[in-house]
Amino acid sequence: MNVHSTSRNFKNNAKEQLANADLQAALNKARGHFVDGRSTARDNLPEFDALRDQARDIKNHTLEHLDFYLEAYEEKVQASGGHVHWARTAADAQQIVLDICRSVDAKTVNKGKSMIGEEIEINEALEAAGIRPVETDLGEYIIQLRGERPSHIIAPAVHLTKNQVEQSFRENHTELDPDRVLEEPPTLLDEARTILRKKYFEAEVGITGANLLIAETGSSIIVTNEGNGDLSQLIPKVHIVLASLEKIVPTLEDAATILRVLARSATGQEFSSYTTLSTGPRRAGDPDGPEQYHVILLDNGRTDMLGTEFEEMLRCIRCGACMNHCPVYQSVGGHAYGWVYPGPMGSVLSPGLLGVDEAGHLPNASSFCGRCEEVCPMHIPLPKMMRHWREREFESHLSPGSARVGLGLWAFMARRPRFYQLATGIQMRMLAWMGRRRGRLSSVPLARGWTKYRELPAPQGRTFQSRWKSGERPPMRNGA
Amino acid sequence: MSGKDQILGSLRRSKGRDGPVDAETAAALRARIDGHARNIVPARTDLDAGGLVDLFETMATKVHATVARVSDMADVPGAVSDYLRGENLPSEVVMAPDPSLDAAPWSDNKLLDIRRGVPGEPDQVSITSAPHAVAETGTLAMFSGPDHPSTLNFIPETHVVVLPASRVVKSYEDVWDAVRAQAADGASGRGGLPPRTVNFVTGPSRSGDIEQNQLLGAHGPRRPPIPIAEAH
Amino acid sequence: MSDGPRVALFVTCLVDLFRPSVGFAAVKLMQDAGCTVEVPEAQTCCGQPAFNSGDRKDTITIAKQVIEAFAGYDHVVAPSGSCAGMISKHYPELFADDPEWSARADELAGRTHELVSFLTDVLGVTSVEAAFEGTVTYHDSCSGLRELGIHAQPRGLLDGIEGLHLRELKDANVCCGFGGTFCVKYPDISNNMVSNKMERIVATGAETLLAGDMGCLMNMAGKLQRDGANVRVRHVAEVLAGMGDEPAIGEPQDGQG
Repeated sequence: MNVHSTSRNFKNNAKEQLANADLQAALNKARGHFVDGRSTARDNLPEFDALRDQARDIKNHTLEHLDFYLEAYEEKVQASGGHVHWARTAADAQQIVLDICRSVDAKTVNKGKSMIGEEIEINEALEAAGIRPVETDLGEYIIQLRGERPSHIIAPAVHLTKNQVEQSFRENHTELDPDRVLEEPPTLLDEARTILRKKYFEAEVGITGANLLIAETGSSIIVTNEGNGDLSQLIPKVHIVLASLEKIVPTLEDAATILRVLARSATGQEFSSYTTLSTGPRRAGDPDGPEQYHVILLDNGRTDMLGTEFEEMLRCIRCGACMNHCPVYQSVGGHAYGWVYPGPMGSVLSPGLLGVDEAGHLPNASSFCGRCEEVCPMHIPLPKMMRHWREREFESHLSPGSARVGLGLWAFMARRPRFYQLATGIQMRMLAWMGRRRGRLSSVPLARGWTKYRELPAPQGRTFQSRWKSGERPPMRNGA
Repeated sequence: MSGKDQILGSLRRSKGRDGPVDAETAAALRARIDGHARNIVPARTDLDAGGLVDLFETMATKVHATVARVSDMADVPGAVSDYLRGENLPSEVVMAPDPSLDAAPWSDNKLLDIRRGVPGEPDQVSITSAPHAVAETGTLAMFSGPDHPSTLNFIPETHVVVLPASRVVKSYEDVWDAVRAQAADGASGRGGLPPRTVNFVTGPSRSGDIEQNQLLGAHGPRRPPIPIAEAH
Repeated sequence: MSDGPRVALFVTCLVDLFRPSVGFAAVKLMQDAGCTVEVPEAQTCCGQPAFNSGDRKDTITIAKQVIEAFAGYDHVVAPSGSCAGMISKHYPELFADDPEWSARADELAGRTHELVSFLTDVLGVTSVEAAFEGTVTYHDSCSGLRELGIHAQPRGLLDGIEGLHLRELKDANVCCGFGGTFCVKYPDISNNMVSNKMERIVATGAETLLAGDMGCLMNMAGKLQRDGANVRVRHVAEVLAGMGDEPAIGEPQDGQG
């Protein structure tokens, strides 16, 4: 299966997005909301940080014994009348979904938001098979109209202004009165709600993701705010759950711990509007609910991450806090990252799933400010793992040649203090002389990356070490 | 080799194992599942029954649910019809077949036009009960079953939940215990399984997808009002 | 001869090369607090540029050099959160698989500090003698803040300086966009970040910007000057040491040219 990614083109993507006025306006609006939300939620729950520690420990324990828990889970799903399908690759997962859809002659599939769905490009596969996927999450619905991919793992349309949404609705909802007033978000929401409401009753199959899978009961949990994921699984005949392997936790209590930090980290809510536990198909005597329940467990590179320095990435619960706090993401938005997972978590995960060749830019485009790790509810050491990707690139000679040469030269000097001091002493005195009149330099050979946007402050003159060696000392304290 | 074998094989190799975990480890893991120990439960729930009901009301109101307290089940139908009238909502309602709702004298209220059963697309108002309400975050917990079609929680735009005060519990963990109790109850006719669907509902449906404006009522109910009956 | 602690100054490459006055300010502050300060000759850099570029081999070589050069002192102090963080947090990581060097790295890490937090948290300094007239705002450098917990300490000392009015910087804890090689590898993104930072700085109305890391300071000073903003930029050590009236970063040195 050919994965469609433009991560290779990150630098140019970023440049484009920095110049994208709509995106910058949208990001400015969204930024404070998520940051303040999380901060307030944390202040309102004294146990928050202790819960994060427990959540991390639960996931570590689970990953250590992942095979046991997956098999225990499968047993329970089957006992409740559901089916578990194991998909090694994205192509395998696509095939399984198509087979299930064909078995019930599905014409339309309703979709709740699923990042795994994006990862395996399930919409494209359904369309190619003549089955119509309908996105029911408002943000996903909007970007489906625009033919775009989500730019954030929680808020798929965060890159759009309301004017852009209005434009898309006008272009696509052509059966409605073109003169209608459609400016404000509530009217936009009402329109989408009305249109989607009919569609809920039309689909034969509903596909959702899963925030958690629970080994104890063979259940899946979705965490939403709209209720679309619930309508998508309760009304159609078939409910398909797409979940990657690492979504599993041992017990319901473990799930509750993670749920307590999930919504708070994501949007600042204490609990999402709808958190739903689903176990198998409807029971005998149930008046509603799906007749079939299928869970597709996706590997697609996760088992290869286990046992490596990237294993900790598998603790991720997809809250989005990292990207909400990342100054790089907040500058360029999610589309610049070129694939399904943006921001810090995408910068660690994407090279693992796509390969360093394809996604190598992402872990490099970080100043290592550390805010992501600071807010991660699962204590994932994101900067450390980005550095590990840089190490892998360096070892395989994938870093750009000029950078290697520059670094090699600098390291050569740094290992030889006397030579370093001599060479830098000369350079600094020269730069100081060049910048003596204004105290700074606007253009310096080999430093275009810096001087494109900034002045370079001129060195004061002789280096500290040289002045200290000559006996220069700071003024003593009065009377000392 | 099946997908399952491939995946488990790759997983075990990555973990440095030839095969599944040894018998001792498996027993310990099984015990961990069966023990389902609680992790930290926030101290804000350390309240008596009355305190929990108050906490529930405070938390539910914070997330824009409408909470009305009535002193007796007898007052519930009136409270519901008053609310619907005040909000200019239709008085045709679809109600869960739940026998616990029968404790309220619905037929005495001539304003409400009640049908018991599963909602359809035209239904605008639903009435259900809830077996539990979690004080910790103002969250209702509803179980699917013959008495309670889950679609009642989502299809109509207005969802009224009649909640006897005695059903307020501290935390989600208390709901899990009830889920397990149902599964363990062979006589319940539920096949030794948990409810198919457990819905935790906290406030009305919302979406932040348009410029992060918090809009209430995206797909599910716009507002779940929750009259609490004190009597039970 | 002082009975106080024997401290080795880790100069840091940017202070050494671009702004020695910060080094002298650091020495003065520690001497005033009763330390004997020496400057080991065989020092160049903490190795962070190599470390963050994925060049573990060179990082290890340089780190070993640092460990050897700074052996035997009571404390090692750097006027930089990122260099102090490199030594105290990342050196142990680097040598995790090497028992001999691991012990030495741990030992060095345990006695390596950033300058301001060394003064307040280790030496118990609560005020400085310096005077400074004017409004000041303070940027929290990322490593210092998140790796070393430096936040209250510089503010506490600045607060006590007569004539100095500290205005809090909105988003003080958001990265300025320096990030070492990041700012030259991804200049467009870095520029966006430093532009946002500049807006925040200018919005405080402060005359002077202070921080504890030369990388951040040069980045912000360079941007403020390119865009013609009227804010002077200094290292916090200079103000604390009473050297706050010397030419600021990016200003011409007296008597030259």
